[in-house]
Amino acid sequence: MPQIAQFAETFSSQLFWLLVFFGFTFFVVGRGMVPRVMETVSLRDKQISDDLAAAQSARHRADEEEAAWRERENANRAAAHELIAKAKADAATRSGLKLAEAQERLDARLAEAEQRIDVARTEAMTEVEAVAADATQDIVLRLAGVEVSRPVATQAVKESLAHG
Amino acid sequence: MRQFMIEPLGGTAGWEVAGYNIAFTNSALWMMITTVLLVAFMALGMKRELVPGRWQMMVESFTGFIDNMLEANIGKAGRKYVPYVFSLFMFILFANLLGLMPLGLVGVHPFTFTSHFTVTGILAVMSFSIVLGVGFWKHGLKFFSLFVPHGTPLPMIPFIAFVEFVSFMVRPFSLALRLFVAMMAGHLLLEVLSSFVIGGGNAGFGFSLLVGVPSFILMVGICALELLVAGIQAYVFALLTALYINDAENLH
Repeated sequence: MPQIAQFAETFSSQLFWLLVFFGFTFFVVGRGMVPRVMETVSLRDKQISDDLAAAQSARHRADEEEAAWRERENANRAAAHELIAKAKADAATRSGLKLAEAQERLDARLAEAEQRIDVARTEAMTEVEAVAADATQDIVLRLAGVEVSRPVATQAVKESLAHG
Repeated sequence: MRQFMIEPLGGTAGWEVAGYNIAFTNSALWMMITTVLLVAFMALGMKRELVPGRWQMMVESFTGFIDNMLEANIGKAGRKYVPYVFSLFMFILFANLLGLMPLGLVGVHPFTFTSHFTVTGILAVMSFSIVLGVGFWKHGLKFFSLFVPHGTPLPMIPFIAFVEFVSFMVRPFSLALRLFVAMMAGHLLLEVLSSFVIGGGNAGFGFSLLVGVPSFILMVGICALELLVAGIQAYVFALLTALYINDAENLH
């Protein structure tokens, strides 16, 4: 086994060169490069966690704003509803008033017209009576040869008109 | 066995420092290649972009893996050991994987230096020294209370302390031997099986069919297994180092 057979003659050289190269590795790689690599890693980790925290807070802010917006929106909607309801009520009262006015006007005109009709009818009736009385006087004079006085003729016409 | 031989490269056999030989061997060469590749791997992941590319993702998942492991085992205090444990893990992982690369096809002989207990031993001693250093620096002599678990009955303390002490002192050896043995066993197994394939092929068509082909199929499977072992052993080394450091950080 060369490891044992050559032990005495190679030990010092092995020790020396191992110390040289491992020492070089330790100082250049271990002390020089590894900390910088690890620093890069921790920097990245820090940036990632910072970014995550920023995203989280942004989300919180967005949530808050949305809640505020919702509240505002609800208030606006309620106000709008109120406005509409008020306008509806106003319009209803106003149209009710107008209808009542128009009804009144119509009633008045109707009453007037009825009155006019009554008057006209009464007048017509009177004329009809007068004509009938004349006719009665005339008929009686021609048929019976009896001169009937005007009031009697009128009285008879009235009676027969009342009895139909 | 030749794959485990250490050979000085190109006339460096005589290099010495204070009387000790420091020849630049094939082992040292592969340590260098490991280091270069590891630095390149890391450098490609150093763009430091906010949205990582594939390579950066890979590098970051490795550092994150070690970071998580240390945090899970040691706690917040574990972060300061990330550079050491990460270097250890990646160095061993790259060494193990490099040793398995089929570079023989292009005439290069990969050398797995983690299959040498001198190397794994030095790494284990390093980890163990860190444990001792942290333990005594943080807790002073109270560090010895590590050997007396909570709730030990008074008469049992000497025995328990002895057992705990032995198990504590065995740690660097088990750490070193585990990696060395796993690496060496895998390579030996592949070598033995490949010798079956070649031997069977040389012995004739019948032997080739009877021995060579099954061995070859087995080798393919074991190669996959070895890739897994390379990762697992690097992980185990790093994990145990983390656990031992945890003992020193937090006692128990």
